[in-house]
Amino acid sequence: MNSNDTSRSALELAIRYGFIVLLCGLAVFFSIYASGFASARSAVFIFQSVAITGILALGVTCTLVVGGFDLSIGSVATSALMLSAYTMVILEQSAFVAVVVCLAMGALVGLINGLLIVKMRVPDLLATLGMMFLLIGLQRIPTQGNSIATGMNLPDGSVAEGTFSAAFLWLGRHRFDLFLDRLLPVPVVVFLLIALIIWLFLGYTRHGRLMYAIGSNERAAGLVGTNVHRYKIVAYMISGMLASVGGILLAARLGRGDIASGNNLLLDSVAAALIGFAVLGAARPNAFGTAAGALFVGILLQGLTMMNAPYYMQDFVKGAVLVAALVFTFYLSSRRGGRRTA
Amino acid sequence: MKEVTCTLNGLEKSFARNHVLRGIDLQLRAGEVTALMGANGAGKSTLVKILCGYHFADSGRMELGGAPFAPADAADAISKGVVTVHQSIDDGVIPDLDVATNLTLDRLTEPGVGLFVNDRKLRRQARAVAESMGLTMDVRTRVADLDVADRQMIAIARAMARSPKLLILDEPTSSLSASEADRLFNLIDRLRADGVAILYISHRMSDIRRVADRIVSMRDGTISGFFDTEPLDYVGAVNAMLGHQMTEVDIDPVTGGEAVLEARELRLFADSPPIDFTAREGEVIVFTGLLGSGTTELAEVLFGLAEPADGVLLLDGKAYRPESAAEAVASGVFMSPKDRSVNAVIADFDIADNMTLPFLKAFSRFSFLSERAQRQASRDMIGRIGVKCQSERDGIGTLSGGNQQKVMIGRWLLEDARVLLLDEPFQGVDIGARRDIGKYIRQTAAGRTTLVFVAEIDEALEIADRIIVLNEAMIAGEYVNRDVDLNHLVAAVSGPARAQASGQPFPTSPNQAMA
Repeated sequence: MNSNDTSRSALELAIRYGFIVLLCGLAVFFSIYASGFASARSAVFIFQSVAITGILALGVTCTLVVGGFDLSIGSVATSALMLSAYTMVILEQSAFVAVVVCLAMGALVGLINGLLIVKMRVPDLLATLGMMFLLIGLQRIPTQGNSIATGMNLPDGSVAEGTFSAAFLWLGRHRFDLFLDRLLPVPVVVFLLIALIIWLFLGYTRHGRLMYAIGSNERAAGLVGTNVHRYKIVAYMISGMLASVGGILLAARLGRGDIASGNNLLLDSVAAALIGFAVLGAARPNAFGTAAGALFVGILLQGLTMMNAPYYMQDFVKGAVLVAALVFTFYLSSRRGGRRTA
Repeated sequence: MKEVTCTLNGLEKSFARNHVLRGIDLQLRAGEVTALMGANGAGKSTLVKILCGYHFADSGRMELGGAPFAPADAADAISKGVVTVHQSIDDGVIPDLDVATNLTLDRLTEPGVGLFVNDRKLRRQARAVAESMGLTMDVRTRVADLDVADRQMIAIARAMARSPKLLILDEPTSSLSASEADRLFNLIDRLRADGVAILYISHRMSDIRRVADRIVSMRDGTISGFFDTEPLDYVGAVNAMLGHQMTEVDIDPVTGGEAVLEARELRLFADSPPIDFTAREGEVIVFTGLLGSGTTELAEVLFGLAEPADGVLLLDGKAYRPESAAEAVASGVFMSPKDRSVNAVIADFDIADNMTLPFLKAFSRFSFLSERAQRQASRDMIGRIGVKCQSERDGIGTLSGGNQQKVMIGRWLLEDARVLLLDEPFQGVDIGARRDIGKYIRQTAAGRTTLVFVAEIDEALEIADRIIVLNEAMIAGEYVNRDVDLNHLVAAVSGPARAQASGQPFPTSPNQAMA
């Protein structure tokens, strides 16, 4: 009886803190074995490498919470990348207009996704998969499949005169001073801010609580008077807008509308959100976990790179971490509860 | 003495701190129906789950047909001859496949079956099974298109097709009408004659009176009573299960104050006759009727989930036509739906979050939730309605059915309702919890009107001031709950509706003591 209790509480501890311990362990390991890993610059570099993925992952988290899934985030991000470049370089608009247009596009895509899912009753994976294809194609049409940069030739024979404005590039390239000169890049700050907001929204507001209720039992949530359709649509709109933010930051970092960028965004961010299930034994989507998951992947890749692991190992490592996290979440959690249904 | 099919010896089982089974000794004999009674949380479900291979016992032995029986999983238990028909119907059928496939599915997994499926042969076999069960539907119908009762019969038919040694029926009649239940009982009689040992779990005394050869009462994880001498001591069995003398509920029916909810010429279906009723402040009205009599539809119309074919509803004298649950709740009309695990319970949430779910707005400032306020209100309600739990932060899944139901009803009592609708509030709830819920509903009934929808007449008599009988979507009788003529009531419930109504629309009951 007693030994049973002890092993059960040990399991409980492992589920709850195992992931965090692993994260710290990794950091310590790399600090010892990879010279230069334990420095402020290196830490910031890790944050910077996961900032955009992390922002997208926080969006996916919102759709996972309502029991959905958004496969279109990667293509929304690349669409925002192209759209911002198009707005500034070809339409010669200001940074402000470019940002507003991109956010509106993300919200609109989210709205369409949501309507497809709740009104047309298309299953979430299929609706957002369709939207992904549609956007991948759509973003190439205005430029006939070319990347966008100042000075490029336009179809009507003229030359694109517009430029990425300094204000826009600031979003991707400026670094704030923090103890050290030019330490903290804007995207990292944006990522941390968004993570904080989504964490508060999902975990501590009644809207977040209702969204979790919808994800757990949609019928029951509806029968207590929750507007299930509206919350689902809002979740997809949040996801679309955050993906847009990711795309804007990417464009600002690159300084051109690169058609080939952002291929890995979807898989990386979905992985981060799913790894997040394992953090603190939540066994459900949560903002803190998502951010920690993104960071975990970042630390691992940075450390391995500094220990001279070849770049082509990266995807394998990410995949392995994801599978391990999923086993952690679903297998261990299922053993945890003697769930009794009378 | 009949041959023993199954022996249980000292079974024990714990979930975390919860000692659910504390040594169960039981013998089940061939050709006998053993009724298992127990309050929710007594350990019945756990016992069944051990028998059918979902859980392992912590200690103790089981024997089946003289050999040790320790099923590795559900499939193993079935192959050894222990077949269970579970309470929730859709566990027993595959809704997307047709009746024929459902009835013959298990043959497809047997060794030695060819690669290709011979549809004609399957349908012939299925038809034979269906006929032996007295089922008349076309075997090509998709199961999802059948109604609940037919689906239940299919689930039972599937179990029969495996020719079990021990058949476990877990509340099999909970969604059957009287005539369908009769068909089931006939079938049980036949199986008993064939020498099958049957473990029959039910809360319904009428079922137990009809089928049981022996009664076993469980309480707090032990067997608290065992009855096998004719005539069976039903009162003793209930007492053993509850641990105290069951008292008749004493109701002093009130007539109610001003009209709160009025229905005028309400038609539930296009071809059904109009319904008129007035629900008054402070009174509890029970709508009762068989499956398909319109009680569910009426509840849905009142809560904005369905549109009436015709007619007007008035709430406090003003037109009331909700288009969604949200609108109904905003107007002060609350409903606790039936089938709580599907329609009410948020399995991922703890008690406090489940309890406060409808009124989260009241527990938040600028949208931010105050966990303290949530927990305070939940603790309060847990105390008042009597939920048995360690704390308000327990997961909802750790509670027994009766306690879960208390939480689901308690959530609608956190704020004052104008109209409280309770659809099958006693579904899968033991008598103890049922009494608690009924008492609390009546205690708090002032200031609102309460409409309860139940199929069981016993349950209606325990809670109602007034009972309205629906039959084929029309009002077939109305009774003030004082010395109700039960024969008359049952006739109104089960009789041919139209004739009944035209003869005597509002029967008054003579002074005759209830049974």
